[in-house]
Order: sequence, then C-alpha cells, then structure tokens
Amino acid sequence: MTELCDLPGHELARMYRAGEATAVDAVESCLRRIGAVDDRVEAFLRVTADDARERARTVDARFAAGEELPLTAGIPMALKDVLCTRGVTTTCGSRILGTYVPPYDCTPWARLGEAGAVLLGKTNCDEFAMGSSNENSAYGPVHNPWDLDTVPGGSSGGSAAAVAAGEAVWALGTDTGGSVRQPAALCGVVGFKPTYGLISRYGLIAFASSLDTVGTFSRTVRDAATLVSAIGGKDPLDATSLPTEPRDLTEGLDGGVAGMRIGVVREWLGEGVEPGVKAAIEAAIERLGRLGATFEDATLPHADYALSAYYILAPAECSSNLARYDGVRYGHRAADASDVIDLNSRTRGEGFGDEVKRRIMLGTYALSAGYYEAYYGQAQKVRTLVIRDFEAAFERFDLLLGPTSPTTAFRIGEKAGDPLAMYLSDIFTIPSNLAGNPSISLPCGLDERGLPVGLQLLGPHLDEATVLRAAHAFEQDLVFAARPPLVEEAAA
Amino acid sequence: MTEYEAVVGLECHVELSTATKMFCGCPNEFGGEPNTRTCPVCLGHPGTLPVPNREAVERTMKIALALDGEVAPHSLFHRKNYFYPDMPKNYQISQYDLPIGTGGHLDIDVDGEIRPVRMNRVHLEEDTGKTVHASATGRIAEAEYALEDYNRAGVPLVEVVSEPDMRSPEEARAYLVELRALLEALGVSDVRMEEGSLRCDANVSVRPAGSAELGTKVEIKNMNSIRSVERAIRFEIDRQGEALKRGEPLVQETRHWDEDRGVTTSLRSKEEAFDYRYFPEPDLPPMEPDEGWIGKLKAELPELPAARRRRYVETLEVPAEQARILTSAPAWADLFEETVEAVSQPAGAVANWFTQTLMPQVPPEKAAGRGDAIAEVLRLVSEQEISVTAGKEVLVEAVGSGRSPSEIVDERGLRQISDLGGVIDEVVAENPGPVEQFRGGKEGVLGFLVGQVMKKTGGAANPNEAQRLLRERLSS
Amino acid sequence: MPVEIDVDHVARLARLALTDEERERFRAQLAVILEAAERVREVAAEDVPPTAQPVPQTNVFRNDDDPWESLSQEEALAGAPEAEDGRFKVPRIIEAE
Repeated sequence: MTELCDLPGHELARMYRAGEATAVDAVESCLRRIGAVDDRVEAFLRVTADDARERARTVDARFAAGEELPLTAGIPMALKDVLCTRGVTTTCGSRILGTYVPPYDCTPWARLGEAGAVLLGKTNCDEFAMGSSNENSAYGPVHNPWDLDTVPGGSSGGSAAAVAAGEAVWALGTDTGGSVRQPAALCGVVGFKPTYGLISRYGLIAFASSLDTVGTFSRTVRDAATLVSAIGGKDPLDATSLPTEPRDLTEGLDGGVAGMRIGVVREWLGEGVEPGVKAAIEAAIERLGRLGATFEDATLPHADYALSAYYILAPAECSSNLARYDGVRYGHRAADASDVIDLNSRTRGEGFGDEVKRRIMLGTYALSAGYYEAYYGQAQKVRTLVIRDFEAAFERFDLLLGPTSPTTAFRIGEKAGDPLAMYLSDIFTIPSNLAGNPSISLPCGLDERGLPVGLQLLGPHLDEATVLRAAHAFEQDLVFAARPPLVEEAAA
Repeated sequence: MTEYEAVVGLECHVELSTATKMFCGCPNEFGGEPNTRTCPVCLGHPGTLPVPNREAVERTMKIALALDGEVAPHSLFHRKNYFYPDMPKNYQISQYDLPIGTGGHLDIDVDGEIRPVRMNRVHLEEDTGKTVHASATGRIAEAEYALEDYNRAGVPLVEVVSEPDMRSPEEARAYLVELRALLEALGVSDVRMEEGSLRCDANVSVRPAGSAELGTKVEIKNMNSIRSVERAIRFEIDRQGEALKRGEPLVQETRHWDEDRGVTTSLRSKEEAFDYRYFPEPDLPPMEPDEGWIGKLKAELPELPAARRRRYVETLEVPAEQARILTSAPAWADLFEETVEAVSQPAGAVANWFTQTLMPQVPPEKAAGRGDAIAEVLRLVSEQEISVTAGKEVLVEAVGSGRSPSEIVDERGLRQISDLGGVIDEVVAENPGPVEQFRGGKEGVLGFLVGQVMKKTGGAANPNEAQRLLRERLSS
Repeated sequence: MPVEIDVDHVARLARLALTDEERERFRAQLAVILEAAERVREVAAEDVPPTAQPVPQTNVFRNDDDPWESLSQEEALAGAPEAEDGRFKVPRIIEAE
C-alpha cells in the first residue's frame, strides 16, 4: 500500500474524484513525511502547514458539492523559493532577502492557486538560482534522499529532493542552465523545462532574464504535462511570454514512439561521462529502439562553446538583475552606513554569498567599457550558432537524446571549492537554455552506487508534445520503481 | 565678443502626459502624497517585469515625425546600469544605439531669418523617483540623509537631443519656445518647466570665431525655466570666453546653475564618463513599426506651429510678430481662431486683442472655454457699445473671472451712450463762444466741445458719435 | 592563460564591499573562470548576428487606458528597512562614482 504522498498527482486526482481519498488526507500524508525526513533532507525553507490544510479543506468541500475542478486541485505541492508567494517570505536562498515578503504572487502560482492547488511550502535552492548542487544556499545544503551525503543537484535542489522523498507530490523549480533537469536526474524524478516563454516569468525572481524558465518536478511524465498545461500561456505581465493559447499537453501522450527519428548527441557520451551514466543511456536507447524509434548520431558542433557563452551571458544579465538589492526598499540593510555608496556596498557584501558575488563581478566585467564586444557581444553570436545547430539537427530528427548530467550525485563538498568543475555539471543542459527549446529529464536507471541516472530528451521550439510523448512511452515501458532508501524506511 | 563663438546644444526631457506609467499600470499624475502611485513593478520588486505603454511609444514616434525625423523600423530598449537611490532597479530602461527617432530639425526664427537646428535623436525611457535631501541647513552639500518618493519613477520620458547648432542664448530660447509649442500642439505632454514635465540641460562650448573644431564641452544642469536657460547659457559663454582669452584651459565637466547667484558652479564630478554597461533589455522584445503604423501616426499629426504661423501670415493676414506670439502658445492660438470665426473682424485686429491684452494678463487655463465671452467683448467694442479702453478692462475681467461681459459692462456702467441729442443741445447752448469759433473755421475747438459732452455724460458718451453729431449740428 | 580582472574596479562598479581575503580569492577564481569563458572568442563569428532573446517576438505592448490600482503608501513602505514621512530613507548621497 503506497502512502498518498508517494503517489503521482494524476493518481491522487483520480482518487479524489472516486472518493477514495481527500485532499486533506494527502496534505497530512505529506506533512507527516516532511516531519519524518526533512530534518535530514532539508528540502524546505518554510512549511506553510496551516495554509495547506485550509486550502485542502476548501477543495474537499468543493468536490463534495459536486464541483468539477482542474486536475491540479488539491494536489500538495512545493515551490522553489525564487518564486514569489504573496504574504509568504521568499528568500531565493539568500540572506539579502531573508526578510522579504512579496506583496504579490508569481503568475504560475496565481494560476495554480486559483485552480485549487495546495502549497506545502517553499523549497531550498542555490542562492539566486546560481549553482548545480544546492550547496550555495545561505540556509544550508539540501541532501539527496538517495544518499544523504550527496548533493541533490541544483539550483532547484530542494524541489527535486522534496518530490523524490515524498515530501511533495509535485513541485515547481526554475531552469536557467539546467537547474530543473540536472537535480531531477540526480534525484530520480521527472524534470521538465518547456520552451522559453511558454510559462510566464512574472514573479520568478530573475537571475538571467533570457535564460530563466519555470520547470516542473514530478513522479510521472503525465504529471509534468498536467502541470505545464495548467500554468502555461500568454501573460500580459510578461512581455517575453509567448502568444500561445493554453494547451492540454496530456492529449496525445499515449501516441508512442513508432517511427520517431531520434538523434543521439555523440559528443555527450564521450570522456567525462561516468560509466554508470553511459551504460544507463545506452540501455535507454535500446529500449526506445524496441518501442519503434530509430536512431542516428547527431551533432551540435557549437555545444562545446555553449558553456563558455553561458558563463558570460548569465552573469552579465544577473549583474544587472541583482543591482536592485541595495538595502533601500526591501530586504537586508547594513547598519550604520556613512553614505549611500557605503550602504549599498556593505549591504550587498553582507547579504550575498560567494558564488553570487563571483557571477556579479564576472558579469559586470563582461559588460564594462571596452570588453562588451569581446565577451558579451561574442557570446550572443555563439548563442545564434547554438540555435542554428539545433535547427539543423531538428531538420533530421524529431528529438535529440543524451544524458542530463555527466555524473550521478556527487558528495557534498566534493566540487564546492572548484567553481569550474561545478559548472561542468551543466554541460549537457545549458545548450537548451541558450536555444530556449523544450527538454526533459527522466529516470532511466541506477548506477553501481544505486544512484539515479537521468535521460534527457530535447525537442524543437514549442514541440512539448513530441518530447512528452516519447518520455511517456519510455517511462511506461521502463517502470522505474526504485525509491530512495529514506522513503522505503519512512513508508514502512 | 567677436573673438570667439558659442556652440550650444540642448538636451530636453519631456514627461509624457499618458494616463499610466511607461512599464506598469500605475496612474501618471503630478503631485500627490509620496509613494501612493507605485506598484511592485515600478518599485523594482524582485520578480517583476516591464511591459511597454503603447501610447507612450506612439507619442515618441509622433514627436520624431513632427520634427521631420525618421522613425526607426527596428529599435530597442537598453538597460543603462548605475546605482542611485532614485532608481528602484539601479538600472534605467532607456534606449542606446537604436532609438525610436533620429534626424529631423526644428526651425527657429533668428532675427527674421528662419534657420534649422538639426536634431540628433528622440528616444524613450523611464523617469526616476524624486529625492529630497534632508539637512539642518537645507544645503545639499551638507545633507545628512535623503528621502525617496517613487511616484514619478516609471513615468514615460522622451529625450529630445539637438545637434550643437545654436550659437547664442537667444537662439536657445527660441528653440525651447518652439519645441515647447510643438509638443503642446501634439498634445503629448503638459510641458511645464515649473512642474518638471519639461526639463532641459545645455551643452555649451566656445571656440575662436571661424574655427571648425569644437571646444571643450560643458554640460549645464538645474535650469528650471526658459529664462534660466537663457541666463545660464549667457553666463557660461562669457565664463568660457574669458577663460579662453586668458589662455586658461577648460575642463570637460558638468556644472550646476545657481539661480539665486546667477552663476554656474562645478559639481564635484570626476573627469571620466560613467560606465553605464549598456546592453539590450532582455525583458523587452524589439519594436518594429511597419509603414502602415508610421503612416497612420503621420496622418494624425496636427497642424504644427510653423505651418500654423505661415497660415496666419499668408491666409489670415496676421502680422508675423503676432503670429509668432500666438503660435508659441497653441491653446491661445486655438482660442484665437475660434474668435476669428465668431466675429466679423480682420484677424489682425483680433490678434492684437490676444497678444496685447489677453495673453499678458490672463493665465491660459482660465481662458479655456471662454471663446464666447471673448467674441462678445469684441463685438461690443466694434459696435461701439463700449469704448476700446473699457473693452480691454472687461475682456481681462470676463475671461479671468468667468463672468459674462454684459454683466460686467452693466455693473460698471460702461455702456457708451449714443443717443446724445439732448446733451448736444445743452452743450451747444452753454458754449456759444467755442461754437462761434468752430463755425468760424477753428477745427480744433471741436475736441473741446466733445470733451464737454463727455463731461456731461460722465464719460459714458460715445466720443465718435458725439463728434459726428456736433459737427452735423454746427454745420447746419 | 588566466585573465586578470581589476577586481577593485569591478567591485566598486557593482557596489560589493569585499574583504582582503575575498578580494584575493576572487581575483584568482575569476581569472580561471574568465579563461574558460574566453573560449567564445575562438569561434569565428564576424558575420553571425547576435541573439538577445531565444524565441523572438516584436511589438509587445500594454494599453495606456488600462490603469491598475497602486499600492497604498503603507503597502509600498511595508518592506522598507528605513522610512520617514512616507518616503524611503537613505544615508546621504555623495555625488561621485
């Protein structure tokens, strides 16, 4: 008998409507799990238990009254702490926003809340979404439920771990260089990054504006499709949101992969990729082949430079986006400042962590007089080349395939002292942020240490349907039933 | 001062009078309690995003078109990055190398000669909040702290930059008067310097007369009226000229105009330019107006002051100087034309009433909607119901107070009496001597007799009519 | 070859107060990171147009005649670390870079 908190959202939704469980039951199940494991996982920065129970009660009453509700109603979920929630402290994992209470809801949560979703709390993350291990949070690291001495990945480590540990049924995170897909891979859950602009960024506290994308964490592909369908679509408050009508991405999910042409990005199965990861990916290719997909080698010639371009573009945009944190209107403020420059400098010196400071300085440098063309300008051109690489690839293929991360979960502290080594964690995910195309990570096996491996499927702009269809077919065939030992223990 | 010549350029900031702010829906109004017209977007809260006001963009394009400039088929917003507490995001969304408008010109009248001042650019950005420096002594340099009000933050601001084509303070004045009139005619801004909806910085340099090279440029800020601009530029030209003559080097800097002391002073600013780290605003897609859109805006342009002046002179036969004064204040010009339609008098005569009586004495806001009253006064005068002198008085009073002219005329007993038969008889009877002299050929005496009529009627007689009747009477 | 950054200058532009230890540590780390980022300059891209936004759009606007309700003064100042007379308070502003 599976605990409610370990079920997929679509199963819970069925149970609500069949009278087999209530939203309150589900919320209590999650809260119990949080109580049992979060002292060790540390996925949550804030648990909004009372509010969650209140919302659940309201949803149950509406069900009881015979109302037809969206599939997201009553599903207990978590939000990465870079997503603004009105009246609930939102910190971005930083001291500088330690006291910040947003006066508004981010659009994704506004849409979900209206549909009756239940918020369990805000999850821990790398500070301002900068990191690949969740070790950059000012509030302590998150621990991977599969092995508590390892990282969950980042920057949305808290959301990934929460879903993996049964603390939340699904969650939202953000993906700027891989920050949803990579932790999903390391935590053995489904992590989906849709096309840039499909989901509104209003209320997503900005790191890198042209790269930031809201993404989903869930146990199944169907849940990811449901969530994205619920929150996507044009937002008049975000000028970069695409003029697409809301679509139901669960339609056509069962279409299968017969005849699908999939390109394997060979550069991504070479040196630097752990043997356990390679093996799991090769097995996944074989499985998809049995299901009817055809494979050929694909190449993204400039993917090699994508990392470098990203580490100029993202810091540049972030150096500007984070300028507003100056101690004047909200957040932390340094004491006894002699003048406003002193106020700004010491507030930011005290409030930001190392990684954030490094990226702000890198970005400031890349934009400064005399260096703009050589760095920022050039990086934007490389971005164009990466986009063209994808366009060319998608002329030949319906989807591209590769590992999400070169490694499975590494030990806490292992890479923290070496920024460059940490950056390499995102080498396979970054290209889809530069190009803005949809990409999903789903569990495809375990390595020799029993740690999950993520399979990445990449699609063309606005072709979420193909990505989800292939992922769903794979998932249904594989049936990834492994659970973190922590969960086995708690559920017993 | 013919040894050196001045080179002057003006950079004007125009607050657009749109209903809402540039990137959010907060109301765009002047004044109000501090921080009562803000929202998470214009306060720069984490996670908020800008969305551009279409009306503001269109008004900017209209300004460019009215200046005979080009509207760019592709233009971008850029971020101008620097830290200052009046800027909630510590960057300003502005424009850089792809502004909405480029080129064009504004023609100014220089001693009767029409000369174009070339325009460099017209671009759109967001305004900052307002800083109040607080100190015991009230002097900024001794401020202990500052207070920020963000009501103005995010108001759409158009920057209009001229080429350095002006050569004197008078030309700068003429440019500003003309620009203000143009903007007012377009209806895009309140253009009140005293409220800050029109702001102006000047760039002044001097060079030896006849030289083609530009001298060291000095930027002057803090001029709060057109008169200030003229005075400040005059001072600065003299200051620079004197320095040149003495062989002293000039520093490229920003100077502050001190209205009370009538001097420019150096702001303690560094020599190198700010590094604004401009990059394209990633939150905003480019603007690409097509021919259709630009064409529609062009068609919507009203008659501009220069064209209006020409029409007044050529079609209405209004003297050039009167035309210039009227068209420098479009609201008055509208009223003038309304009046010309309503009365059957030559436009030139009507123009005088405006330029010599109304405009110097009545604030334009009071005159709004008072077209009927103005027409009535002019009719009373032309029909000799009241004298010209009385007319001037009644006009100012009626328009300024909102009361009806007839009411004022009656209240003050200003109606001229033309039925003078009885009075004429009396005067003739009482003044046999002068009557005799007039009949004898002494014309001048008629004036005395008219004066007697005026005296008897307490000044209410229509003097022209009195004179006519007397002459008639005494000639028989 | 690690690329040297004038950390003092950049920290000042970015308003980041650094300790001596941080300054040295960051100088070394940034040099290494920048060297890796420099790789973009190896790519021949003279004729390649830059991409600012991954999924291009143009002409996205808001209607002027659609005003919102602003925050009240109290709401606007709610998070203010220091305020006075309905305004946000800052220490004195010295005109300098």
